[in-house]
Amino acid sequence: MKRQVKLLQGNEACAMAAVAAGVRFFAGYPITPATEIAEILAQELPKVGGTFIQMEDEIASMAAVIGASIGGVKGLTATSGPGFTLKQENLGYAAMVQVPCVIVNVQRGGPSTGMPTLPAQMDVMQARWGTHGDHPIIVLCPSTVYEYYMLTIKAVNFSEMLRMPVIILSDAVVGHLREKVVLPDISEIEIVERKKATVPPEEFLPFKPDADDVPPFVSYGKGYRYHMTSNNYDEGGYPATNNHQVADKLLRRLHNKIEKRRGEIVMTEEIMMDDAEVAIFAYGCTARSAYSAVETARAQGLKVGLIKALTLWPFPREVVEKYGDKVQAVIVPEMNMGQLVGEVERALKDKKAGVRPLNRFDGKMITPEQIVSAVKEVK
Amino acid sequence: MAVHVQDYLRMHKMPHIWCPGCGTGIALGAVVRAIHNVGYSRDEVIVITGIGCSARTNAIIDFNTFQTTHGRALSFATGFKLTRPEMKVVVITGDGDGAGIGGNHLIHTCRRNIDITTILINNSIYGMTGGQYSPLTPRGSYATTAPYGTVEPSFDICKLAEGAGATYVGRATAYHVTLLEQLVTKALKHEGFSLVEAITQCPIGYGRRNKMKSPTEMLKWQREHAVNVKAAAGMSPEQLEGKFLIGEFVNKTAPEYTKLYQKLIEDAQSKGAK
Repeated sequence: MKRQVKLLQGNEACAMAAVAAGVRFFAGYPITPATEIAEILAQELPKVGGTFIQMEDEIASMAAVIGASIGGVKGLTATSGPGFTLKQENLGYAAMVQVPCVIVNVQRGGPSTGMPTLPAQMDVMQARWGTHGDHPIIVLCPSTVYEYYMLTIKAVNFSEMLRMPVIILSDAVVGHLREKVVLPDISEIEIVERKKATVPPEEFLPFKPDADDVPPFVSYGKGYRYHMTSNNYDEGGYPATNNHQVADKLLRRLHNKIEKRRGEIVMTEEIMMDDAEVAIFAYGCTARSAYSAVETARAQGLKVGLIKALTLWPFPREVVEKYGDKVQAVIVPEMNMGQLVGEVERALKDKKAGVRPLNRFDGKMITPEQIVSAVKEVK
Repeated sequence: MAVHVQDYLRMHKMPHIWCPGCGTGIALGAVVRAIHNVGYSRDEVIVITGIGCSARTNAIIDFNTFQTTHGRALSFATGFKLTRPEMKVVVITGDGDGAGIGGNHLIHTCRRNIDITTILINNSIYGMTGGQYSPLTPRGSYATTAPYGTVEPSFDICKLAEGAGATYVGRATAYHVTLLEQLVTKALKHEGFSLVEAITQCPIGYGRRNKMKSPTEMLKWQREHAVNVKAAAGMSPEQLEGKFLIGEFVNKTAPEYTKLYQKLIEDAQSKGAK
């Protein structure tokens, strides 16, 4: 197959990327504005021998995806705000028990059922901290249809590589947008498979990590009989609910899986930042407006650049810090009441640059004009 | 052939965590003997649990095992079975786990008739958390959250399973353990969704608050109140007053989900979707 030029909707690109990345199981529940992903995978997965199932609720969908992944198959689910809330319980399970899976949240306006058909970026903190406990998580955020495709593949790869859930945080704009995309030849796409056992069953400990802190994930039913639990567990997989040392070691290791590969996981684009005096830090659909604002401002002779975050969690603090003494201010436009701006402030707390939030939460996108005005207020 | 249940236990995980006189181990013993009866190998069986006393069964048995979140074991099992239809999937749940928080999942797993064997250990109480009333606690019982007695009625989980489409349903008790083993054996052999309710005693969480201080008294209660469904056919409503039925309630054939889905895949690959 060659490079493909296509006109794709964002959610369609996500579904196609899932199949290309090797996803062979989808369980979901109908919800706007994410339903297209389920509809397309209901059609496409059986053609490649995969399974689609519509479950009785969002909780069961998340559980079924994890069950399928435990069975040895790459699994994905897609939802939006209210459903994302319901998925949190088993998302935490996947983080704790170290089961690879991908959750797509096509964000819409909240709180609660809010504005089902309108975009928002209100789930940034929920994606990080929605499930209880100090769990590790990776959250990727596309701003274009092409990025949606590529980040879906990355999400599947990261989840399999690190044995953990990965969230794709898109929004109703990027989900429903149709754009021309040039997709790479599938043979050129790197696909990651989970690690296999390197020792015979009698020596096997299901949660004994390798040097990268990730234990191999061995499918059941092939001679390796073991136990897994979401209680605090030892390397043998058995509950160690009152063992302080085991708990300390486990939690550190779960987080180190990410920290040890941070350079690979943290993805940003720095656009016209070399001589920038004002930086815009943006992500998702808002990064589109920000890019347009940079072009407009530059045409007017303003030295403005864009830091576009493709990875929201772990937060790309190293990239933001780098410009902390170079720019006068960092403007953070978000379609919420100010969520990721707190992380920008944290990264710049000892730096010269000021941080200026720019928020909108009425279901309309932040316009390039709003951002340009904010730039001019700095000057 | 006689089987030593111990041969199937992870003895290095002993002692177990159940209270003295608990009926969970009796039910687990019946399940293990039933698996042995059917002749499945340890490697082809997977036992999935949720949360609660029933969920602690699978850590100590030498099969493929994992414990999941509260009430969700059947949904995890559905995903697992769909990707690994060749494996024999067993779910062990409880009255809180399976009939309470997981009730909706139970309904829909019955409806799909997916080949999962479920043993619902009904001890009439939330035991792990210290004796709170469950959806299957009889009305008027005392519990730590019902200090004046429960005002809620319980319900018949077997009738619910039948109504939702389970193709094999039965009930036994810890006292009628031979029957329990027979029902689980048949449930394991059955193609489709099967549910066997095992009524067990919880002397610590339930019995001592409800005028049954010893496990023996609770087992006697089971003996005196259970009526086999075959015998019940010849009894009057007055004679059945206050009793509950045990035995095989449903045993029918219907298309099994993973088989149907395999057919769907074959059709999609040959003809394409509409």
